[in-house]
Amino acid sequence: MKKVYGSAAEALDGVLHDGMLIAAGGFGLCGIPELLIDAIVESGVKDLTIASNNCGIDGFGLGKLLDTKQIKKMMSSYVGENAEFMRQYLSGELELEFNPQGTLAERMRAGGSGIPGFYTKTGVGTVIAEGKDVKNWGGQDYILEEGIFADLSIVKAWKADTTGNCIFRKTARNFNPPAAMCGKLCVMEVEEIVEPGELDPDHIHLPGIYVHRIIKGEHEKRIEQRTVRKREEA
Amino acid sequence: MPWDRNQMAARAAQELEDGMYVNLGIGIPTLVANYVGDKDITLQSENGMLGMGPFPFEGDEDPDLINAGKQTITELRRTAYFDSAMSFGMIRGGKIAAAILGAMEVAENGDLANWMIPGKLVKGMGGAMDLVAGVGKVIVVMDHANKHGESKVLKECTLPLTGKGVVDRIITNLGVLDVVEGGLKLVELADGVTEEEFRAATEATLVN
Repeated sequence: MKKVYGSAAEALDGVLHDGMLIAAGGFGLCGIPELLIDAIVESGVKDLTIASNNCGIDGFGLGKLLDTKQIKKMMSSYVGENAEFMRQYLSGELELEFNPQGTLAERMRAGGSGIPGFYTKTGVGTVIAEGKDVKNWGGQDYILEEGIFADLSIVKAWKADTTGNCIFRKTARNFNPPAAMCGKLCVMEVEEIVEPGELDPDHIHLPGIYVHRIIKGEHEKRIEQRTVRKREEA
Repeated sequence: MPWDRNQMAARAAQELEDGMYVNLGIGIPTLVANYVGDKDITLQSENGMLGMGPFPFEGDEDPDLINAGKQTITELRRTAYFDSAMSFGMIRGGKIAAAILGAMEVAENGDLANWMIPGKLVKGMGGAMDLVAGVGKVIVVMDHANKHGESKVLKECTLPLTGKGVVDRIITNLGVLDVVEGGLKLVELADGVTEEEFRAATEATLVN
């Protein structure tokens, strides 16, 4: 079974359709699938619902899909870094479903694990709980949240072998494993593809069973908030 | 003299005990890390890291290594990385001993509002709702009054809630309060602040 494709466009060929639900990995601009986002922009597919913690920034990451108005709805926890997002949201062009960050991650993990719903205490007594089933265990209320079953997952890892076993790097892991798990089809972009056996099986972060197509490419990896200390402070 | 930002952070650091795993919010809570002294504290960053280190030296920034505020940071020898589902699993599961967070409003029943002001731009709750619902102890650090001079320590929150009945302790520029049965209990006054001044600045019910 061949998983390695030559480009993001090839890997997405025949996969995209209007109105689909895509789960995307990344936190801010860290660990985002830059190449796949670019290919989705190129494809012109529209009316997308995207489950992703954030929506990039103006002109970068998922922000590119806002500029082209390809997104119909976002499922996110934080969208504060994006002026175009706010413009489209306030004008009613873009729908937004806020999810607490941990609830969003768990909804992806659950969807990928065959769990259509779970109860959590996150959001009890807040607007997040409105309209949701409530159950009480041990005197504590919990609200029902649903697993996310995406049509497509787009994720970024550091290294993968040709069977899709992969490892992430530092905090670029973030939403990538749960996002990868919850898609019917998962396309992953990586910085390096190696032969099976080159990655220690004990060090695999996400096994290849969750990864259907792999591409390799160059990543810009833009930094959102560059914070440093002076060397003299050491 | 009420406490300044650094004194509030130093006071909040006194809440932390050796061996604790702690999550610090953005703003004054971030400064708490400067005052933990010799205590063995492990900082969690909810984007998937335990053992958060200081900002990198100029030139050492790594785009794959950021905190929940999207700032470049560094790792420590004890650092562990994990995905967002596990990160919030440990938060929701009560494994994180304490969260120190900023707030717009706190009520005497422990309600917390810190994520949205209706009519203004709404950015989202991020991980705040998960943190206040899940961690062992929620400590709020904030100014006692808003910029109009009105108490932020209220009988009832007016803003949309981040969590209901979740706050344990409040540290403001005027002093320290605990959420107890029937209201808030004054634990400590900032240096030079009198109890009369504190009461006058506080809308919430104070109980003994």
